[in-house]
Amino acid sequence: MTWRDSFGTALGAVRSHKLRSGLTMLGILIGIAAVILTVGLGSGAQDKVRSQISALGTNLLVISPGSSTASTGVRGGLGSSTTLTVSDADALTSKVVAPDIEAVAPTLTSSETLLNGTTSWTSSVVGTTADWASVRARTVSEGRFLDAADESSDAAVVVLGSTTASELFTVGDPVGQDVTVDGVQLQVVGVLASSGSTGSTDDDDTAIVPMSTAQQRIFGGATRTEVQDIYVEATSGSTLAGAYQEADDELLQLHGITTAADADFTITSQQSLVSTATSVDKTLTVLLAGIAAISLLVGGIGVMNIMLVSVTERIREIGLRKALGATPSLIRRQFLLEASVLGLAGGLLGLALAFVGAAVLPHLISDPIAISATASVAAVGTAVLIGIVFGVYPASRAARLAPIDALRSE
Amino acid sequence: MSTVLDVDAVTKTYDTGAVEVHALRGVSLTVEQGEYVAIMGPSGSGKSTLMHILGCLDVPTTGHYRLAGEDVGTMTEAELADVRNRRIGFVFQQFHLLSSLPAWRNVELPLVYAGLSRAERRRRALAALERVGLGDRVDHKPGELSGGQQQRVAVARALVSEPALILADEPTGNLDSTSTDDVLGLLRELHDQGRTIVLITHEAEVAQAAARVIRVRDGVVTSDEPTDSPTGVTA
Repeated sequence: MTWRDSFGTALGAVRSHKLRSGLTMLGILIGIAAVILTVGLGSGAQDKVRSQISALGTNLLVISPGSSTASTGVRGGLGSSTTLTVSDADALTSKVVAPDIEAVAPTLTSSETLLNGTTSWTSSVVGTTADWASVRARTVSEGRFLDAADESSDAAVVVLGSTTASELFTVGDPVGQDVTVDGVQLQVVGVLASSGSTGSTDDDDTAIVPMSTAQQRIFGGATRTEVQDIYVEATSGSTLAGAYQEADDELLQLHGITTAADADFTITSQQSLVSTATSVDKTLTVLLAGIAAISLLVGGIGVMNIMLVSVTERIREIGLRKALGATPSLIRRQFLLEASVLGLAGGLLGLALAFVGAAVLPHLISDPIAISATASVAAVGTAVLIGIVFGVYPASRAARLAPIDALRSE
Repeated sequence: MSTVLDVDAVTKTYDTGAVEVHALRGVSLTVEQGEYVAIMGPSGSGKSTLMHILGCLDVPTTGHYRLAGEDVGTMTEAELADVRNRRIGFVFQQFHLLSSLPAWRNVELPLVYAGLSRAERRRRALAALERVGLGDRVDHKPGELSGGQQQRVAVARALVSEPALILADEPTGNLDSTSTDDVLGLLRELHDQGRTIVLITHEAEVAQAAARVIRVRDGVVTSDEPTDSPTGVTA
């Protein structure tokens, strides 16, 4: 008996009990679809986080005030005020001190209400330097970005994010118009191109002003020399570690701190952001995939159950086949193939269901689902394997049946 | 004439745990090629056990059984399966057709296990069905055929592998008298063409169709004599 004959026989047996085979496959189908979807959800979330973080800019380091360690969380700086200053940022721009640093952009952010005549819009106002655009990998779609002259003259200019621009100026070109922030009139010199970010915070809902203007004219108060974050761009991906070290050494020295553990600032790299964000997702994915795997196990037990029923019900068929010359190993092969056909069909249908789910679900839960080819192949392979593993016991029971007992049963 | 069946002092004891059942207590018989033999006996006589041993579905406890010269007593289950496949064509009381398969697929089953090509299997299955007069029913499923026709399909299946022996176990037990005559007529034709046939039955009328009757009682052969059947003349 060729494999083709065995396969044909197995397929025929599956087809001749359509409802039963269908229900058995359903168990596998649900398990496989659940596994593929949860893994897809996990990797979709990871892709999303990764793209969000890389949208921040390339080869990026973020220096924030306060220190954070794994065990103690975030420790605030002196008092409640921030510990980073404009001079820290200036020091890092020195090519002598930090040859691996390409550009530095200190930022000072506050939520402010912007006015265009009677139209108001609350947005995140960021005071920063001309380098911000390159550090954060942003470009302007209209007009120009801030320049060094704006910074040195505390110029009353602003570059709007695309969302802010469209909210404040429903008609006409915003460039050249005026907006008012905290009573300070600013001229719109440019509009940022959309970042394409799909994150929970809208990177396009922002207004960029020169750092000096923000400190001296808008925010005022205790923030005149302090900054919130310093964004640092390394010269390339390979010098990121060098840039990290240089920034760390320089700031420790400037702040007069001798041991790194006492640092009053924290440097975060993009990579560490990605790994922190994805590790949370990974835990969740493992948990969900675990539940899905259990449902797959239940599906497998379903296959075994049905195969045992099938063996009992077909004792006469087995006896006849043996009388006609089927060896025990051929009988075993036939039932194993039958179980794998159930597994394979369940797996393929589950894969199809997963693709449908991946197309429909993102609209309902607003999370992307990325189904990988590897996961799909592995899942279908697992389904077949489940069929085989849970088919072994019923198949060997069938193979061991004595032909006379099998023929005698009515 | 060569000897097809050679049964030599065969006993069969079933150990059911509490008691030992002596189903066969020393049976010896030979059947030559081309013979038409009926094995007769009431239920409990051991004729079913004898049929299982003759059919290589079971092996003797003691004694020897040679089928077409091969001693089957020491064979493994896989070897027995091969002997059944090559040497024996079975016809059962309950027909034992697979209801999900059309007639020709049922008939080709022994050839599937013999490893023949698909085209060859189909050709021979159709020829065998033609031979039993069901050339126009090859695609019918067993449920669509009468009892007599189903048993004809079973006979075609027994023929298809050109076995040394056709072993018919109460082939007419589930048939009405018309179908009984039909099937017995078919077996007689096969015998006339030189096939070796062993028929197991408890009905004297059916046994009369054979050329020789072996009576079994309490696990031993009680008589072995030719009948006055017309087929006996041509044997």
